[in-house]
Amino acid sequence: MTPRLHPTQEIDHGAPAIEVRDLHKSFGDNHVLTGIDFHVDAGQVVCVIGPSGSGKSTLLRCVNRLEEPTSGQVLIEGIDITDPETELDAVRSRIGMVFQQFNLFSHMTVLRNLTIAQQRAKKRSRREAEEVARANLDRVGLSDKVDAYPAHLSGGQQQRVAIARALSMDPDMMLFDEPTSALDPELVGDVLDVMKALAGEGMTMMVVTHEMGFAREVGDKLVFMADGVICEEGDPREVLANPRETRTQEFLSKVL
Amino acid sequence: MTRTQRQRGVRVSLYALFVILVGGLWLVADQEAIRDNFFMREGFTENWQAFVTIGAKNTILYTLIAFVGGFVLAVLLVLMKLAPIAPFRWLATAYIELFRGLPALVVILFMAFGVPIAFGWRPPGGTIGAGLVALMLVAAAYMAETLRAGIEAVPKGQTEAARSLGMSGPWTMATVVMPQALRIVIPPLTNELVILIKDTSLLFVVGMAANEKELTTMARDFMTSGPSAGTATSLVFACLMYLVITLPLTRVVAWLERRQKRSR
Repeated sequence: MTPRLHPTQEIDHGAPAIEVRDLHKSFGDNHVLTGIDFHVDAGQVVCVIGPSGSGKSTLLRCVNRLEEPTSGQVLIEGIDITDPETELDAVRSRIGMVFQQFNLFSHMTVLRNLTIAQQRAKKRSRREAEEVARANLDRVGLSDKVDAYPAHLSGGQQQRVAIARALSMDPDMMLFDEPTSALDPELVGDVLDVMKALAGEGMTMMVVTHEMGFAREVGDKLVFMADGVICEEGDPREVLANPRETRTQEFLSKVL
Repeated sequence: MTRTQRQRGVRVSLYALFVILVGGLWLVADQEAIRDNFFMREGFTENWQAFVTIGAKNTILYTLIAFVGGFVLAVLLVLMKLAPIAPFRWLATAYIELFRGLPALVVILFMAFGVPIAFGWRPPGGTIGAGLVALMLVAAAYMAETLRAGIEAVPKGQTEAARSLGMSGPWTMATVVMPQALRIVIPPLTNELVILIKDTSLLFVVGMAANEKELTTMARDFMTSGPSAGTATSLVFACLMYLVITLPLTRVVAWLERRQKRSR
């Protein structure tokens, strides 16, 4: 049933959902990530915070190889996705991703946004894909918007559709790249509520965010990044209340 | 004088100047000569059928052939420009730069006379067929640039979203990027269609059989034959025919551009 992800490696459900080993990423002379080691266990919610330019979005984008790592390894459920033999498309369909700018397909209805990848990448029939799509729209509270086009939705609604689109692929984990940063303040709550519900259902999540309240409330682990390295990580309540590193203290004193 | 009075004074004198200019031209013009040389009645009443059923028909037919052929070639060029292998990209770039840098008339002469003489090539459809191939080659270069700009105008996030859902590169191009790019390039492509309509007049140099003539060739021939021979009436008629075809299209482009601006 599951397509082969790699000619020899098998999914290992005992392994961390995401494991990053000595990851480096440079854009020309600009060294954005300089040696990241880090993991997300299955069922965990890990929040990544840090000043802009610290490399947190780049790290997230390396996890599904939207960004090509310069060196190092990224393992998804035990499968090395930096190995050229890995079926990248098949792995990606197991990793949901939500973007800051929503990135809904603007020329398609909400329903089509949710079904196209199911039919192509998951080989589901149209009917099955539409059933899954409707169920997920219901989950984010937007079942009445099936036939709307993205331009007619508010930012918050677009982001919830984007989450439903990712969920329609039945992913094992979800990546969130500053999902509420482009939203008007009054729309942030609805999106966070959907994310909290997801976390409550046991979804594995890696969230790059500025929402400290969310990190404190639902995060299992908080990672603070600065200048391309992980500066400090630990229990969110602990890190937010008593940061050990000076960089962390400086950053938190500015945002809290 | 108050400020408003001064402004009104300026407007009144501008109107007066306009009336003097137009009225002066009207008085100076030799209206009889204009009527006889540009608007000879028989030139319209007796030539119009040939103009419509042969001239305008062929102009439109040649435009469509060059446009469709050019578009197909342009899509190939764009795909070459996006190819992972550098030599393909170079080839496409060289092609585009070459044909955008040459006068269309020279390309037509090359295809209609130069190449057939050199290689003993007998172009399908005769010299007019060769001329159409030339128009196609030139149009493709411009349309390829337009298409490339359209593809680049589709936000990168669209591709990233599709790829992150596990859709393959080619499928993402076909279902996510291309449909949006085409919507973006409809106004500029329509513009190129209008330019192509006018460029079919360059085919004049290849020579045409009676039933192959397009508007310009037909107009030129009616200057020396038929009821309005010796006058430029047929040229005026051809101009009117061109405008009947191009003006609605330029209005459509303007409308499409306004609509696109609104939807952003």
